[in-house]
Amino acid sequence: MNDYVLFGVLPYVVVVLFLVVTIQRYRMKAFSYSSLSSQFLENQHHFWGSVPFHYGILVVLLGHVLGFLMPKAILAWNAEPLRLMVLEVTGIAFAVLTLVGLVNIILRRFSSRLTRKVTTRGDWVVYLLLLIQVLSGIGVAVFHGWGSSWFATNLTPWLWSLVKLSPEVQYVAPLPAMVKLHVLNAFVLIGFFPFTRLVHILVVPNPYLWRRTQVVIWNWDRSRLRNVD
Amino acid sequence: MDVRSQISMVFHLDKCIGCHTCSIACKNVWTDREGTEYMWWNNVETKPGTGYPTRWEDQESYKGGWKTDGRDVELRSTSKRKIVPNIFHNPAQPSLDDYYEPWTYNYSELFNAPEGDDQPVARPVSMITGEPIEVEAGPNWDDDLGGSEVYAANDPNLAPLSDQQRQQMKAIERMVMFYLPRICNHCLNPSCVASCPSGAMYKRGEDGIVLINQDRCRAWRSCIAACPYKKTYYNWSTGKSEKCILCFPRLEAGEAPACFHSCVGRIRYLGNVLYDADRIKAAALKPDDELVEAQRDTILDPHDPAVVAAARACGVPDGVIDSAQKSPVYRFAKEWKLGLPLHVEYRTFPMLFYVPPLLPVMSVSEGDLVRSDVDDLFADIEKARAPIGYLGQLFAAGNEGKVRYALRKQLAVRIWRRHVTVGDVPEEAARQALAEADCTAEEADEIYRLSALATWDDRFVIPPFQREMAMEMMTDPHEHRSAAGFGFRDAPRRS
Ligand code: SF4
Ligand code: SF4
Repeated sequence: MNDYVLFGVLPYVVVVLFLVVTIQRYRMKAFSYSSLSSQFLENQHHFWGSVPFHYGILVVLLGHVLGFLMPKAILAWNAEPLRLMVLEVTGIAFAVLTLVGLVNIILRRFSSRLTRKVTTRGDWVVYLLLLIQVLSGIGVAVFHGWGSSWFATNLTPWLWSLVKLSPEVQYVAPLPAMVKLHVLNAFVLIGFFPFTRLVHILVVPNPYLWRRTQVVIWNWDRSRLRNVD
Repeated sequence: MDVRSQISMVFHLDKCIGCHTCSIACKNVWTDREGTEYMWWNNVETKPGTGYPTRWEDQESYKGGWKTDGRDVELRSTSKRKIVPNIFHNPAQPSLDDYYEPWTYNYSELFNAPEGDDQPVARPVSMITGEPIEVEAGPNWDDDLGGSEVYAANDPNLAPLSDQQRQQMKAIERMVMFYLPRICNHCLNPSCVASCPSGAMYKRGEDGIVLINQDRCRAWRSCIAACPYKKTYYNWSTGKSEKCILCFPRLEAGEAPACFHSCVGRIRYLGNVLYDADRIKAAALKPDDELVEAQRDTILDPHDPAVVAAARACGVPDGVIDSAQKSPVYRFAKEWKLGLPLHVEYRTFPMLFYVPPLLPVMSVSEGDLVRSDVDDLFADIEKARAPIGYLGQLFAAGNEGKVRYALRKQLAVRIWRRHVTVGDVPEEAARQALAEADCTAEEADEIYRLSALATWDDRFVIPPFQREMAMEMMTDPHEHRSAAGFGFRDAPRRS
């Protein structure tokens, strides 16, 4: 029953919350969508936090998404023990990179009076949740190895059952507590997401690479202007 | 031909008295909010000096502006390719240390201190954290050559000068300095706009004013590094970048921008020019010493019927063409060739032109001495105290000929006017000076009038902004009428 609430109901609550709040926030308070960078106030330590954290988490997240989208391919890849090892080691390496970055980010927030000034309560919540998430993730990888395989066999079907609106919690119920913590905390994080600076992930600058170099905005319709007078 | 109108500016440096009234006017209107205290959208620097932020002209470390290989231009900081790996930590981002930590004084101490043996003092407190701080730098730390051994000596523009020339500029009897007021140049080829990953920065098509959409800025900070003039600033509180908006709400109401309006020396001129946007790319590829001319070539003659026809075809309203014909900027920058762009080698094509300073007319350097006498009021510009090499570095990307031309013409105007008003210079000599400076008596009178006697209406020729027309095209005027003036906007605060 408990499992049903946590893994069959909570995800929906969180996702609805996520969608409603992010969209409404974008529509009503677009000004608040910002990465709120503090590099301007502290420029040295920033490198050792932000860079490893972002690269680490991007690769780790990519791994999760691939496991969700193409479980068969992952399983096929893992059929060879050496390849499985490669995948596992890569995963752990980037997770550790993420952790190093995160710890530096948190230390940096404490260590400078200027960064302390711009750190809000919401930021601390985010850091705490991220820390739990990364630590539990590394814990899972170390103590319950070969996660890339059992993610594909257990978590992927459960996630897809969520997508299909008929949650099959029996896939997750037997999993170890650490894995459950990791999964649950992920949803808590998604729930907090729309209220924090994490929303900057939703507005990453994708058109930049292919837009025209200069941006010119006209208030007049140049072609129609002549006909006005 | 793609004819557009651009609001542009001229600062006449010989007239600047370095009073900072302009900076204060701007600060009071726009940047006294939390997060903006350190920003000086308008600042006034002493040259030689290191400026604000410190040594901003050193693009080896600040990486502002464009670079070119002759075939293409590329941002020096984060080009499209380089933004991807650098977005998490911009390596070219200046930090608060490069500017200064804004402070105020704890004035209440003066009143509330308990009785004691010592006078109470008002300690400086940080405007960021509110804690007491030791003040170590400010936006004008080297004002009037203060600390010149450290500051003026480190001015990047001194590079082309010989050791001897540098020593001379420092020697007590022959020191030279002038003021350089700076605002955003509202460039034709703005590197700030080109660098913005969010596309939040844009140039207004009708008047060329460069703005940042606060709702779309995401604090990627690329513009801070990309602007070679360091005229976009990061608001650490709201997580948005901000910059000079050329007081567009004032301009739209027919008022001059606050810094222009308040300028005590009346050094500032504002008007629109017509330019050909199609010529910018080719101009940006030119070698350094041809850049002044290349930029001038983008500006079109608003009296030329062909240009007027092309402008009309491109949708420039008649009122705007009209004011371009009266623009003081066109006269200074294009017709008289007195106005020069600051550091055109950054290839952003700044639309703020400076009339280079002639500096003390009466002082001539002769060997180790400076002679100040009235016999030879109008000495040869080659002997002027500010070396032409230095001015050339600032205003002509090293092309000293452009500076020499502007100085010689200004000098000729003075000689001519001396002849006209005092009469102790023979006409022959005065006409000779004019001819040598590529100037006519009529032109000299015009330059004199616009430099020395110009009224508000001469200095600021503000084109009609036609907002009503713009509105009509975007929305139904009746609908707009009932919706305007009462918008609910967010307070610019982080949430
Ligand atoms: S001066 Fe800087 S901020 Fe202003 S338009 Fe030019 S590049 Fe942009
Ligand atoms: S107000 Fe005018 S004269 Fe005074 S410092 Fe500014 S630009 Fe120079």
